[in-house]
Amino acid sequence: MTFFTDENLVIAEEIIGRYPKPRSAMIPLLHLAQEQEGWVTDEAMTQIGELVGTTSAEVLGTCSFYEMFKRHPVGKYVINICTTMSCALMGAGDLMQHAESRLGVKSGSTTADGLFTLEGAECQAACTEAPCLQVNYRHQYRVTADQFDELLEELVSPDHGVPDHGVLSQIRQHIPEDRSVGAVPPEEVTIAPVWLSEDGETQ
Amino acid sequence: MSEMTGTPIVHAPGFIANETPRIVTARFDYEDSYTLERYEATDGYQALRKALDQNPEEVHNEVRDATLLGRGGAGFPAGVKWGFCPPGVWPRYLVVNGDESEPGTYKDRLLMELDPHQLIEGCLIACYAVGLSQCFLYIRGEMAVAQERVAQALNDAYEAGYVGKNILGSDFSVDIVLHWGAGAYVVGEETALIESLEGNRGMPRLKPPYFPASIGLYGQPTIVNNVETLANLPWIVQHGAAAFTAIGTESSPGTRMVAVSGHVKRPGVYEIVNGTTTFRDLLYGNDMCGGIRDDNQLKAFVPGGGSAPWFTPDQLDLPFEASQIGPQGSMLGSGAIMVMDETTDIPAAALTLTKFYAHESCGKCVPCREGGTWLEQILRRVVTGRGTPRDLELLIEVGETICPGDFPHAAVPSKGIEAVPFPYRMTTICFVGPSAFAPIHSALTLFREEFEAKVAGNENKTMIEVAVDV
Repeated sequence: MTFFTDENLVIAEEIIGRYPKPRSAMIPLLHLAQEQEGWVTDEAMTQIGELVGTTSAEVLGTCSFYEMFKRHPVGKYVINICTTMSCALMGAGDLMQHAESRLGVKSGSTTADGLFTLEGAECQAACTEAPCLQVNYRHQYRVTADQFDELLEELVSPDHGVPDHGVLSQIRQHIPEDRSVGAVPPEEVTIAPVWLSEDGETQ
Repeated sequence: MSEMTGTPIVHAPGFIANETPRIVTARFDYEDSYTLERYEATDGYQALRKALDQNPEEVHNEVRDATLLGRGGAGFPAGVKWGFCPPGVWPRYLVVNGDESEPGTYKDRLLMELDPHQLIEGCLIACYAVGLSQCFLYIRGEMAVAQERVAQALNDAYEAGYVGKNILGSDFSVDIVLHWGAGAYVVGEETALIESLEGNRGMPRLKPPYFPASIGLYGQPTIVNNVETLANLPWIVQHGAAAFTAIGTESSPGTRMVAVSGHVKRPGVYEIVNGTTTFRDLLYGNDMCGGIRDDNQLKAFVPGGGSAPWFTPDQLDLPFEASQIGPQGSMLGSGAIMVMDETTDIPAAALTLTKFYAHESCGKCVPCREGGTWLEQILRRVVTGRGTPRDLELLIEVGETICPGDFPHAAVPSKGIEAVPFPYRMTTICFVGPSAFAPIHSALTLFREEFEAKVAGNENKTMIEVAVDV
């Protein structure tokens, strides 16, 4: 079963190669699948299972635990409004009400045009800049109702710089082959690293 | 300040400088603080060179002597934690905990976005000192910009020979692998972090063993350190443990980053002197938060992240010193202070935290999975005026199934309430369950009258009668 594009398959193999055990690549590969499709499809989970050497049920088990993995299509822009204490103290409730009426959907739903999914989210580590929200996991700080409206306008105009839902880091780690130490399965390592002696003392 | 020109970028906002010595935030004033060029121009990777000239054991001793307390929440000394690796068991791994998500906590994201090379250098020093042969840098999934900054920094550091094979021409070789999560608070717990890194559901492991240093990633000795903890290492190695312990107090040396949010005039992230700075300095100092918004009265504050029992103005003069906070009924946790002024609806504020922990329960332990959900539901009906006086007792009863016995809380001298010290007993593997109870217990103990006002008039009604207007 092929889900990944040829280009993404190369990236997937590179990611798997960095871990001592392939299964560790599961979450990064689920992100890669979501980047390609906008959500995580059954086909993606089947292929990820094949790539890391486990069943698609195991992949679903991991996938379904994590909030960010969507098992159904969502909007091009997922807007997460923080609702935890600091933001709540600074007006997150009003912001959410405004967002719901402006978008015409309740929290947890997607607009009919498929552009926006609105969600209430938990603490986003921007507590001093409350109330905050994230669009596809990029922060907006101290958001007023007017700023929320401006944000929506910006997102439907070109060149706003926010990638589609599913794209997280736009920079990938790349370990050059000549610099890589390489991942070794733990059972194949029995001695101390060379800069230490066997008993952990220095050579 | 910057004589080099950097690319104009939108910095993660929030950091406010003051007179405190700047150990981990020193580069935050530069627009290009996150670049390799800036890092190298400001003593970057000099500590790594210095470490490589010493024996690994000497470096480990330096860190142990510095009494660098873990900055993630538990406050355990990093140098001691490193020493828990069983001798002769290889390989050993380093897992960096960048899954910052405790309510109110905002510092590790700043360190990753604004000075990723400092974190990378800290990782290298730890790996060298303890003989860790691979490092996994686990960044919270929802932090796209931090992932970008660290990815770029790693690519540049590999290219420049600081990371990877034969670092700076020595026999020290280590890969640092960027890994990222997908949204689960509980993964900040170190054994859950390891489960997640193994590709599993992020559920905490049964204890003992208490420290992954004995059995961790793939069953191997594993050091899990917080981002801020590791970010301190370059400074400690370069300036020495004595210079570090000269700042702060003997048992809480150095500085620490704290985020103050909520109802203060200048909410922000501050680097403060550990051990001596008091909550009053922080909340009212002119070089810090400058007082409560609109000059209102302070009502309560959460001193150490959403899991911490609350303080009131009675505790303002306590310093950031764990040995003094514990006996007063709370903890310093992750350096997150959330401030509530006199206008705050206390039961409603408690609900914003309890619903967080109920939502984030991984479901492994029944008292947390069921208890957290019930605590949220009962508190929600109290907050919305649908509760009965019996509900206030029920909240405590449910909480006691998660944390049997006396739960820690602060003293309220005016009401004759004495402090109950840390820690508490718990029926769960990790702290998520107790954390759902902590805000309710604090709010009910310190501000019971506000809860009673919410249920007044419902005394003789059944639950159904208050739920449905009949």
